[in-house]
Amino acid sequence: MFELKDYHVAYGQSEVIKNMNFTLNPKEIVAILGRNGMGKTTLMKSLIGMIPSSKGSVTLQGKELKAMKSHERVASGLGFVPQGRMVFSTMTVQENIETGLTSTKRNSVPDDIYSMFPVLQEMRKRRGGNLSGGQQQQLAIARALASEPSVLLLDEPTEGIQPSIIKEMAKTLKQIRTQRNLSIIVSEQVLSFALDIADRIIVIEKGEIVLDTPRDAVDESKIAAYLSV
Amino acid sequence: MFEEYTMSELTSIFAMQGFAGLILFSVLVLMALGLAIIFGQMGVINMAHGEFMILGAYITYLTSIVFSEHLPDLFSGYFFLAMILAFLGSFFLGAFVEWSMIRHLYKRPLDTLLATWGLSLILQQLYRTIFGAREVGVSIPDWMMGSYPITDLIEVPINGIFVMVLTLFISLGVYLIMFKSSLGKQTRAVVQNRDMAGAVGINTEKVDRYTYAIGCGIAGIAGSAFTMIGSTGPTAGQLYIVDTFLVVVFGGASNLLGTIASAFTISQAQSTLEFFLSGSMAKVLTLLTVVGILMLLPQGLFALKIRR
Ligand SMILES: Nc1ncnc2c1ncn2[C@@H]1O[C@H](COP(=O)(O)OP(=O)(O)OP(=O)(O)O)[C@@H](O)[C@H]1O
Ligand SMILES: [Mg+2]
Repeated sequence: MFELKDYHVAYGQSEVIKNMNFTLNPKEIVAILGRNGMGKTTLMKSLIGMIPSSKGSVTLQGKELKAMKSHERVASGLGFVPQGRMVFSTMTVQENIETGLTSTKRNSVPDDIYSMFPVLQEMRKRRGGNLSGGQQQQLAIARALASEPSVLLLDEPTEGIQPSIIKEMAKTLKQIRTQRNLSIIVSEQVLSFALDIADRIIVIEKGEIVLDTPRDAVDESKIAAYLSV
Repeated sequence: MFEEYTMSELTSIFAMQGFAGLILFSVLVLMALGLAIIFGQMGVINMAHGEFMILGAYITYLTSIVFSEHLPDLFSGYFFLAMILAFLGSFFLGAFVEWSMIRHLYKRPLDTLLATWGLSLILQQLYRTIFGAREVGVSIPDWMMGSYPITDLIEVPINGIFVMVLTLFISLGVYLIMFKSSLGKQTRAVVQNRDMAGAVGINTEKVDRYTYAIGCGIAGIAGSAFTMIGSTGPTAGQLYIVDTFLVVVFGGASNLLGTIASAFTISQAQSTLEFFLSGSMAKVLTLLTVVGILMLLPQGLFALKIRR
């Protein structure tokens, strides 16, 4: 349903994502693993349209997204949770979630989002910037879900979050997938989290896919080798 | 400078000058609101803001002429319609300017500075061509003239109160738009993080156009108010742009309450000091005070307290 073909992204002359091909299936969770600087964020930002791709195509349900602005991609069904959360810090929690409603016809936060993240309901009048890192992560996910995406993109959601909460996040994300019938692409460095959540694991190295394997067939030591320097 | 007056005389002088400064206060608030919205939203310093105000003033002038020639019976109410037309005129000119010029220059602050300055010159020349170099004045309907005595020494000018009340309503309206409406939420999101706002589904270009146009429209309303304290000429807007910048910086850009408080302080200081000193001395003193306070509070009078 979501497909990259011969996909390239470059900053000026330097090509960071090279010749990427992959297809995301409905309700599938794919983890993209790679060390620092291997191009995960670049890939994610280009998929949501924050930076342009230089070559190739990206389609969602057969529709070409390449020429679309970010907001058009969101309206077409992409949701994005960036590295470092990027919540709107001077806006309240509720307002943050409401910004995600812009591309929908709704104007109040649907109840199921609050029931997924009870902390956010409790803190809905607080400013986003005054939440803890973990709470901000939940807020960023809630904000992305508010636009009712069919594909959710998460860039290193575990960064700076303690292990017990990481486990919980994996559970929540899988629950969201089942409840809302969406597919997830998540970029990661934490192998245990990726193994916990993903149906399929992709490893990238210098912007190229070097391994693409179903979760069940994973050779952990091989992936660990890719991830260690 | 106060020695030659008695205490009660001083009180009335301050009160009278204070009321006399109300229209200046209103003009400054409206101008600063527009400028701050545009700057906060897009990082564009709108050097043509004074000309958008003057457009509003000319529209008010034209409306008054049309009413006095064709609808003399309704003349007493022309000002309400004039304000609405002034808003619309400046709004649509603003939207056009954003679409044709500014949107191509985002991320290049110096270029927008130059471009809007160029725009201000173009508009001034246009006004000169269309309306002539001579300054024009509007006639104020009878009911807005004169003043209302409170004590035997203190009188309140009616047009001052009227314009101020209108200004407060408009400020309230702006507050509601910025903090309660969906457009306001989108605007604030774009202000905080443009890329991220796009990535949650906000059409940032549309938000930019509306914000710029609304900012200019409010300047148009300021122009309507301005017709009551000054005569309208092609370059009259230039005189106000510096004071407006002062108000914005002093109030702590992008803070509504700060803008109002700072416009109040500056217009009142200006108006009161002008009674005792010459106009330029009053300006110097006002400036020095503002600079002094900004050294103590670099963020301006009001700054939001959050973790960044
Ligand atoms: N704006 C930019 N201009 C030029 N090069 C960039 C830019 N942003 C990133 N890069 C380069 O692109 C490469 C990939 O960066 P990217 O941020 O995508 O890595 P990442 O896999 O997300 O790393 P991390 O795990 O640290 O988040 C790096 O070599 C980086 O230096
Ligand atoms: Mg990254």
